[in-house]
Amino acid sequence: MGEAAEKLAASDPHAVANVSIETQLAVERFLARQAEILDEKRWDDWLALFTEDGHYWMPAHEDQIDGEGVPNIFWENLDMMQMRINRNNHPQAHSQAPENRLCHVVSNVIIESEDATGDIIVRSRFHCAEYLRYDVRNFTGKYRHCLKKTDDGYKIQLQRADLVNREGPFEYVLQWWV
Amino acid sequence: MAWTNKEISALVEPDRAHRKAYTDEDLFELEMERIFERAWIYVGHESQVKNPGDYYLARIGRQPMMMTRDHYGEVHVLYNRCPHRGAQLCSARSGNAGKRIRCSYHAWMFGLDGKLESIPAIDGYDGTNLTIDGEDFQVPKAARAASYRGFWFASLAEDGISLEEQLGEAKTGFDQLIDRAPGRETEVVGECFHMVQHSNWKIFLENQLDASHPGATHESTGIAAQMVERDMRADGRSPPLSYGFLSDFARLGIDGWGKFGTVGHPHGHCTLEGYMGLRPDDPETNAYVKAMYESYGEERAEEILGVNLHHSLIYPCMSIQPPLQQLRTIRPISPTRTMSEIWHFRLKGAPEAIYQRALGYYYLVNSPSTMVNADDLFNWWKVQHGLDSQGGDWVSFHRNAGFDIIDGNLRKSPEGSMSEMPLRHMMHVWRDYMTAEEGA
Ligand code: FES
Ligand SMILES: [Fe+2]
Repeated sequence: MGEAAEKLAASDPHAVANVSIETQLAVERFLARQAEILDEKRWDDWLALFTEDGHYWMPAHEDQIDGEGVPNIFWENLDMMQMRINRNNHPQAHSQAPENRLCHVVSNVIIESEDATGDIIVRSRFHCAEYLRYDVRNFTGKYRHCLKKTDDGYKIQLQRADLVNREGPFEYVLQWWV
Repeated sequence: MAWTNKEISALVEPDRAHRKAYTDEDLFELEMERIFERAWIYVGHESQVKNPGDYYLARIGRQPMMMTRDHYGEVHVLYNRCPHRGAQLCSARSGNAGKRIRCSYHAWMFGLDGKLESIPAIDGYDGTNLTIDGEDFQVPKAARAASYRGFWFASLAEDGISLEEQLGEAKTGFDQLIDRAPGRETEVVGECFHMVQHSNWKIFLENQLDASHPGATHESTGIAAQMVERDMRADGRSPPLSYGFLSDFARLGIDGWGKFGTVGHPHGHCTLEGYMGLRPDDPETNAYVKAMYESYGEERAEEILGVNLHHSLIYPCMSIQPPLQQLRTIRPISPTRTMSEIWHFRLKGAPEAIYQRALGYYYLVNSPSTMVNADDLFNWWKVQHGLDSQGGDWVSFHRNAGFDIIDGNLRKSPEGSMSEMPLRHMMHVWRDYMTAEEGA
């Protein structure tokens, strides 16, 4: 189990940390900016949001505590994310043409903990609308982020996205992170 | 329209099929009646109902069914319907019903074998035609249910050939999925992924044996994976073996897939040889081979590992890929919609690394975020659109038509070809099923 997954598993999912207004604002701004980067498909900026060992994780089941070694909807490190970017941008990625449009809203931001080094565990709710070929799909659920405080601002060590309809049948597949 | 056998036969020619076979609603109803509600259809693996009281829902043709395990450990395949007023009995996809299944409407209670055990205020039935053991008041069972080494099938027809006879040699797919486990057992991992295909069920089956599609359809993913492999090597890191599943699409190109032989079996089953033999010379594989030797002895272990099979397609409902430890089954919903379940297995006694390798494939090729199946699904959807149009009546299966090699009851593709033999073969079997009974 990775360090971040362990931290997340150990964190009380109902905890409310008493953080400064500055910290709350900085974290909210970080989450809003991540959503904007995703909506605008700025992929270099996207990759720069993660630590070297960072993961984007969408579990297949709510009770999963780790993404490593079990089936997931997404479990991607920087190499996998780079592969997805290469692939979705390739002219022959026909299922992705014309490109979809995304719009994310992130809200209900509650910081669970802030440790001595300034690392954060934060939970929030998201809503994402995807427009593709005259159709709109809606994805909604809960994020939990493990953020590392670096000289370069916060970096994501682990982002967990629990989709409300995670075990429902998918009408067609998800090609970008939600 | 009411289709006659003669009209149905005319939809299938030696090297092409009529689009109506993929789009017509009345034909779809006939397919359900004559194929899916008659042939042996895959229900699920016994490990999906491990404990007494467990149930798992499955559709057979148009029928809502469930697989249950009773308190003696027996598996049953029942209609998911209450004999009182017809309510669905189990509504979650899977679960444990406890000692009895209780109907939510009026609390009739049934054993996990479907037997009616109690009715509240039963004296209301005194002097009526209802008796607690009356045939009409039990949860009906599939006419026939049978397991092949833990893989459960059911047939809704009272008579017909046995499961083993229907599977024939194509059963090797199941044997391989079990025998490749040093512990000689296999079990499902977690829940399956399910995906709705916006296309006819036959298009899915055809795609499984369509050698000329992977290099074209999956080119972008192949190239993307190759780029990452190259970057990782440049950094002095070695890419995971599973990335090779994707970069193969680019490496083999569009016309490089002819080296994998395809075979058509009786009853429509097809097998694809070779492709991912998956026996690289690395410490994990060697540890696995050693575990196989220890369990089976060298000779038998080599015999098992030497079977050259990428996947078996079991007509009309599933495809099984033993080296990748996965199985896909389809549940047609309408002519243009098909539900697929994608299951993945753990081989008992195999080193964890071997499971992780299969998991890598499951994730990359079949998870809801797959960069591979995304392009398949989209192509099938586009095919369905085209077939709905009047821009042409025929689907072409001409590649290497007329050059199949007949070997006993098997039909083989010419060596080195990407023959559309399996597609023709399945369509001919479709016609046989559809016209089997004396019709108008
Ligand atoms: S419908 Fe089931 S008890 Fe009445
Ligand atoms: Fe494909």
